[in-house]
Amino acid sequence: MQEFLQQIVNGVSWGGIYALIALGYTMVYGILRLINFAHGDVFMVGAYLGFYAVHWFGLGRASGSAGSFLALFAFAMIGCALLGVVIERSVYKPVRRHSRLNALITAIGVSLLLENGAILLFGPDPKFFPQVIESRPMRIVSGVVVTNHQLLVLIASCLLMVGLQAIIHRTKTGRAMRAVSFNRDAASLMGINVDRIIIFTFAIGSALAAAAAVLVGLTNPKIEPLMGLLPGLKAFVAAVLGGIGSIPGAMIGGLLMGIAETLVAGYVSSTLRDAIAFALLIVILLVKPTGLMGRAGDEKV
Amino acid sequence: MSRGLRSLPPTVVWIAGIVALWLTDRYLAPEVNPYLMRILILSGINIVLAVSLNLINGHTGQFSLGHAGFMAVGGYSAAAFSVYAGPALGDSLATASFVLALLVGAGVAAVSGFLIGIPTLRLRGDYLAIATLGFGEIIRVLILNLDSLGGARGFTNIPSHTNLFWVYLAVAGCVAFHANLIASRHGRALLAIRDDETAAEAMGVPTTRYKVGSFVIGAAFAGLAGGLFGHYLMYLHTNSFTFMKSFEIVIMVVLGGMGSISGSIGAAITLTILPEALRGVREYRMVIYSLLLIVLMILRPQGIFGTRELPDLLRSWRRRSA
Repeated sequence: MQEFLQQIVNGVSWGGIYALIALGYTMVYGILRLINFAHGDVFMVGAYLGFYAVHWFGLGRASGSAGSFLALFAFAMIGCALLGVVIERSVYKPVRRHSRLNALITAIGVSLLLENGAILLFGPDPKFFPQVIESRPMRIVSGVVVTNHQLLVLIASCLLMVGLQAIIHRTKTGRAMRAVSFNRDAASLMGINVDRIIIFTFAIGSALAAAAAVLVGLTNPKIEPLMGLLPGLKAFVAAVLGGIGSIPGAMIGGLLMGIAETLVAGYVSSTLRDAIAFALLIVILLVKPTGLMGRAGDEKV
Repeated sequence: MSRGLRSLPPTVVWIAGIVALWLTDRYLAPEVNPYLMRILILSGINIVLAVSLNLINGHTGQFSLGHAGFMAVGGYSAAAFSVYAGPALGDSLATASFVLALLVGAGVAAVSGFLIGIPTLRLRGDYLAIATLGFGEIIRVLILNLDSLGGARGFTNIPSHTNLFWVYLAVAGCVAFHANLIASRHGRALLAIRDDETAAEAMGVPTTRYKVGSFVIGAAFAGLAGGLFGHYLMYLHTNSFTFMKSFEIVIMVVLGGMGSISGSIGAAITLTILPEALRGVREYRMVIYSLLLIVLMILRPQGIFGTRELPDLLRSWRRRSA
């Protein structure tokens, strides 16, 4: 029982990270109907931005103050938001007039470009994310250990998700986002600047991925150019699981994915860990293709 | 010249071609340096992969990202046949055992294509792409966990059988099969599904049966390519069959033009030679690839050849210059 609880705790901590990445997939898909394959690689760039922020500016490390730790997050998030916007403007916008399949292939191209660009820029060898906060285990129930890192991941991802919900449901831009994802043409006729909303969506999604990357850097310090590949795909699966296009769905999907993965790794076999994500994906696609919280799209003839 | 060839019965052309290929392999191939030989053989294997994926992605319009998975299934089952059943057949039957191994590989891949195709082909567009990618990865992880297939150590001791003759016989068979298929009634049904699935269904095309059929055929040829690959390298590791390999084949198909067999052939050859040509700027190779792909998608989304074939293009050029 204790072991099971421990697995759940570890799973929830990973789940929060998957959820943060999944949000970026789901928002972009909701608005553009595009699987942004490059999103996992934006996450990777976020980890490197965090790494260099600590090394160059000493952000996060200096006396361990909360302010400089927040500055570390801000640096990575703003950097990735810019990257997301640049990708959207320079690549996705020109292919938007072609078919969706073209956009998908372009996204694969962007993903390959970011990965290999990162190999060139940062070198192929893994780097170690500096431990800006010392890991301290805490015991909640006897036998179940939670580290302060895991707690931080959980709190930070909850805060970010609550913030995102607030933006989407309480602000004018958020309302515009919902309108665009509901019907882009109609939204445009109502005077919404669709292009601006798309840029905003990419910026927010990429910033969330960067936040997830910094959190991952704290808990799993090894960072490398291909680190975004699998978490990216798994987060995408999480988004599909929860119902792509649905924001609460992405959160639930991410948590389920993290828990399922740690349970499989803990009780079945750690080599099957990477297969469970895809097995889940296929089951959900066959049983309920719209995901747990997705709405069925109507097919036009 | 082309008219002269066409007036001959196809059987004669085939026999002459096979004899010429056999003679080339027997007398010319030993003279060619091994490096060039390797490129020639890998080009051939990539042609089979690209043309067969083109049937699924280009002609039928079902975007699959799992081709490396089928290649792995075929490669591993052919290799398993050679390693476990081959010795029983004896040395005198080595060639027969190799051909049998290739057929086993293609067959097992076809069966897995059928089993995967039935559920996933209900999905459309990007959902299908993700589901096939998932299946490809699941196949890879399962093989990784099979100790009798070498597991994480890789599958060793596969007999070396693949040579120029077998590879290009497979290429010729694959290209002829696909060209004839596309020109047939069934091919037109596939193109109809690509252009408008709903309309095709309304016209009485059994869309599911055709989609699964094209998936099975594509998987079978990918399995054949996998078998050739394994018996060439004499070693298989699941790292060769990640979704990056699937992406690579997709890039060949897209670059050449979705729905153009000659486009796929050209792109497969180009993309096999290009890394070698770019060896001097090796670290930039993948960056150049990805940029190429992005720029092509923006400027020429239908690929270099579009859906047209080389003979059509030559004819239209001749007409224009005349």
